[in-house]
Amino acid sequence: MSEKFDAVVVGAGPGGTAAALTMARAGLNVVLLERGEFPGAKNVFGGVLYRKQLEELVPEFWKERKFPMERNIVEQRYWMLGKESMVTFSHRNEAYKDPINCFTAFRVKFDQWFADKAVEAGALPIYETAAIDLLREGNRVVGVKTDREDGDLYADVVVIADGVNSLLGKSLGVHKEWRPDEVALAVKEVIALPKEKIQDRFNVDQDEGVTIEYMGEVTQGMAGMGFLYTNKDTISLGVGVMVNDLKKKKIKPYAILDAVKQHPMIRKLIEGGERAEYSAHLIPEGGYYSIPPLSGDGWCIVGDAAQLINFVHREGTNLAMASGRMAGEAIIEAKNSGDFSAQTLKLYDETLRNSYILKDLKKYKGLHKLLEEEDPEMLFTQLPKAVNEAAYNMFNVDGVPKAEKQKMAVRKIQEAAGGSLNLMKLGYKGWRSING
Amino acid sequence: MLHIVVCIKQVPDSREIRIDPVTNTLIRQGVPSIVNFYDLHGLEEALRIKDNIGARVTVVTMGPPPAIKALKECIALGADEAILVTDRKFAGADTLATSYVLAKTIEKVEEKWGKVDLVFCGKQTLDGDTGQVGPGIACRLDLEQLTYVGKVAKVDSEARKITVHRYLEDGTEVVETSMPALITALKELNEVRRASLPGMIRAARYEPITWTIADFENVDMSKIGLKGSPTVVGKTWVPEVRKIEGEIIKGDTPEQIAEQLTQKLAENNLAEKLGWV
Ligand SMILES: Cc1cc2nc3c(=O)[nH]c(=O)nc-3n(C[C@H](O)[C@H](O)[C@H](O)COP(=O)(O)OP(=O)(O)OC[C@H]3O[C@@H](n4cnc5c(N)ncnc54)[C@H](O)[C@@H]3O)c2cc1C
Ligand SMILES: Cc1cc2nc3c(=O)[nH]c(=O)nc-3n(C[C@H](O)[C@H](O)[C@H](O)COP(=O)(O)OP(=O)(O)OC[C@H]3O[C@@H](n4cnc5c(N)ncnc54)[C@H](O)[C@@H]3O)c2cc1C
Repeated sequence: MSEKFDAVVVGAGPGGTAAALTMARAGLNVVLLERGEFPGAKNVFGGVLYRKQLEELVPEFWKERKFPMERNIVEQRYWMLGKESMVTFSHRNEAYKDPINCFTAFRVKFDQWFADKAVEAGALPIYETAAIDLLREGNRVVGVKTDREDGDLYADVVVIADGVNSLLGKSLGVHKEWRPDEVALAVKEVIALPKEKIQDRFNVDQDEGVTIEYMGEVTQGMAGMGFLYTNKDTISLGVGVMVNDLKKKKIKPYAILDAVKQHPMIRKLIEGGERAEYSAHLIPEGGYYSIPPLSGDGWCIVGDAAQLINFVHREGTNLAMASGRMAGEAIIEAKNSGDFSAQTLKLYDETLRNSYILKDLKKYKGLHKLLEEEDPEMLFTQLPKAVNEAAYNMFNVDGVPKAEKQKMAVRKIQEAAGGSLNLMKLGYKGWRSING
Repeated sequence: MLHIVVCIKQVPDSREIRIDPVTNTLIRQGVPSIVNFYDLHGLEEALRIKDNIGARVTVVTMGPPPAIKALKECIALGADEAILVTDRKFAGADTLATSYVLAKTIEKVEEKWGKVDLVFCGKQTLDGDTGQVGPGIACRLDLEQLTYVGKVAKVDSEARKITVHRYLEDGTEVVETSMPALITALKELNEVRRASLPGMIRAARYEPITWTIADFENVDMSKIGLKGSPTVVGKTWVPEVRKIEGEIIKGDTPEQIAEQLTQKLAENNLAEKLGWV
C-alpha cells in the first residue's frame, strides 16, 4: 500500500487528538491512529480537565448538550493531613461558574467525544491498531509500522502522542526507560455515591464540584500526594507515590489507598460508597529537565510522550492539548511550504518554548532535585505532622500563654526539619525549586 | 464470479452483559456492541471463498443506525459492500418479520449486483438466541438450507455445487447440494482473520449503503415491524442461583475414596436427587 498521508498521529489522547483536529480543519490528510478499541477505552487520569486549552480548539464546548462533563469545579481544597487531623487551605468562588475554569470528566467518554471532533473535521480514524515502530529513510521519519498485515503507513510527518511510556519516543532515542525515582505510581478508585449525598457532603449544587489534593502521613513516609474529585454520582479517590519509595518500603500501592480510605477526614466523605472501578497508572515526574527535543525531520512529539506534565498543579491534559495544537499548526506551515524537515518543524519547538507551558515547567525545575535531596519521611510525614500538632496547640485553649505556644509550634516544625538552620535551608530550597 | 451475501447482526457484548436485578432485563446501556461472532465466522468463510476462487461479498444487517459500526468492521475484514436496512417501521421485529425483511433485502441485492449464490447466517445470535432467522430466509427465498455447518469442504462454481459438513449432536453429516444455498455458521467453521491496515483504511472511509422502507417496492406492510411480529414475550426471569455445597472426599487409595463416595450417595439418596437412577 503506497498511499501517503500528510500526517499520521499516533495516539488519540488529548495531545494526539488536538493535533489531528488542528490539521484536519486546515484540510490536511490525517490519520488518527489509536491502539485502544476506541479513544479513551483504557485511558485513566485523576479527573480534572481545563477549559482554556480545550476552548481554543472547540469554542463553547461546554454548551454542547452531549459534552461529557461530570461537575464544574467551584472549589479547590488542599489538605495537609496528620494522623487524625488536617490543616487546610481552600478557595471557592462563584466566579468559577462563568466562565468555567476546570471540570471533572472521565476519559472513556471525553477522549471519544474529542476524537469524534477530529473525525468530523476529516481525520481518518484507525483504531484497534498499534504503532510498533517508526519507518525511516536515513534520518527522516517517513511513517509508522503498525501491528496489522500490510501495516506500513506513510506520511510526511508523524506526530508522536503515544503517552507516558512512549514507544516511538524510545525508538527515536529521545525517550528512555524510566528509572524508579523518576516515576510515581498512582492508584485510583471510583466510588459510587448517590448525587444527593455528594451534593450534601461537599456543599455544592447539581452540577458543581470540589477537588481536594492531600498529602501527609497517609503516604507512610514516602514521597507522594493524593486526590479526591467529585463526579456526578461518583467520587474519584487516588494516591500516587514514587516508585523507588514503594520498592524501598515494600509497600503495595493499594495498601496506601486502603489506609487513605480509613483516614477520618476521608472516611466520612466516601462512607456508604461502593467501589465501581479500580485502576493504576504511571506518572512521570517529568519536569523541565526531562523534556526531549520536540521535533525533527518528519516528526513532532507532544503531550506526555514529551514529558509535558506539571504535577505540582496536576496539569497534563491541557499541556497535551496545547502542545498538540502547536505541533499541528507547525505542520500546517510545513505543508504550505512543502518542507517537512527539522528546519520548518522547529517552529513547534519555538512556539512551545515561548509559551506559558515551558515557562511553568521551568519555574518548577528544581523540584525534582529537592525531592531527591531531602528525606521524603521528613517532607511528607514529619513536617505535616508537626504543622498539625502546632495547629492543634494554637487552637487548644489550655491556659498556656499564647507566646509560649507560638514558640512551641515553631520549635516543633524546626525539629521536624532537623533544626532551625535546616528549616531555613529547606524553606529557601523549596522556594527556589518552585521559583527558580 | 460467485455472489455471496452475509447476514450480520450487531449484538451487545455478552462478556459484559449484566442483568438489572430489579426489572430482570438486560442492561443494554453502556454495553459495547459487537458483531455476533457466529456471523463473523460466516463472513470469514465467504472471504475465504473470495480469496480462493473469487467472489463478491455483500454484507447486510437490519437494525438501528449504530449498526454502521458493525458493517464497517466487515468492510475492514474484506467485504465489498455493506448495507444497513433501517427504518422505524422495521423496529420491534421478531424472527418472522426479520427474515421477511432480510429476504426482501437479498432480493434487492440481487437486482443491483446480480444473482446471489450463497447466503451466510450465524447459527444463532448472542442476544435473541433463536436461530430462526437463517432458516426463515431460506424458506422465503427457496434456498437450499444448510444449518450447523462446521466445514465447507468444496465450492464448485462451475457445477454450482457446494459440499459442507454439518456438525450435529449425533455425528457429522456430509452434504452436497446445489446453489443457491443458505448456510448457518458454527464457530468451528474457521478462525476469523484480523483486518489488514488497508482494510482498516478502506473501512474508515467507507459509508455503508442505507436502505429505508422507501427503498423497497412491494413490501407487505403487515409483515414488517411490530405489526408483523406475532411473537409475544410472556415473561422473562433470571433463574435463581442455587448454592450447592461441594465436598472433597479424601482417602489414601482410589478404592477408599470410591467407597466413601458410594456410601454418601446411598445415605443421601443423592443419586436419586440428581436423577441418576
Ligand atoms: C493518576 C493520574 C492522574 C492524573 N490527573 C490529571 C488531572 O487531574 N488533570 C490533568 O490535566 N492531567 C492529569 N494527569 C495527566 C494526564 O493524564 C496526561 O498528562 C494526559 O493524558 C496526556 O495526554 P496525551 O495525549 O499526551 O497522552 P495519553 O492521554 O496517555 O494518550 C496516549 C494515547 O496513545 C495511545 N497509544 C499509546 N501507545 C500507542 C501505540 N503504540 N500505538 C497507538 N496508540 C498508542 C493510548 O492508548 C492513548 O490513547 C494524570 C495522570 C495520571 C496518571
Ligand atoms: C430499528 C430496529 C431496531 C431493532 N432493535 C432490536 C433490539 O433492540 N433487539 C434485538 O434483539 N433486535 C433488534 N432488531 C433486530 C431484529 O428484531 C432481530 O434481529 C430479530 O428478532 C432476530 O432474532 P434473533 O436475534 O433471535 O436471531 P437469530 O435467529 O438467532 O439469528 C440467526 C442469524 O440470522 C442473522 N440475523 C438475525 N437478525 C439479523 C438482523 N437484524 N440483520 C441481519 N441478520 C440477522 C444473523 O446471521 C444471525 O446469526 C432491530 C431491528 C430494527 C430494524
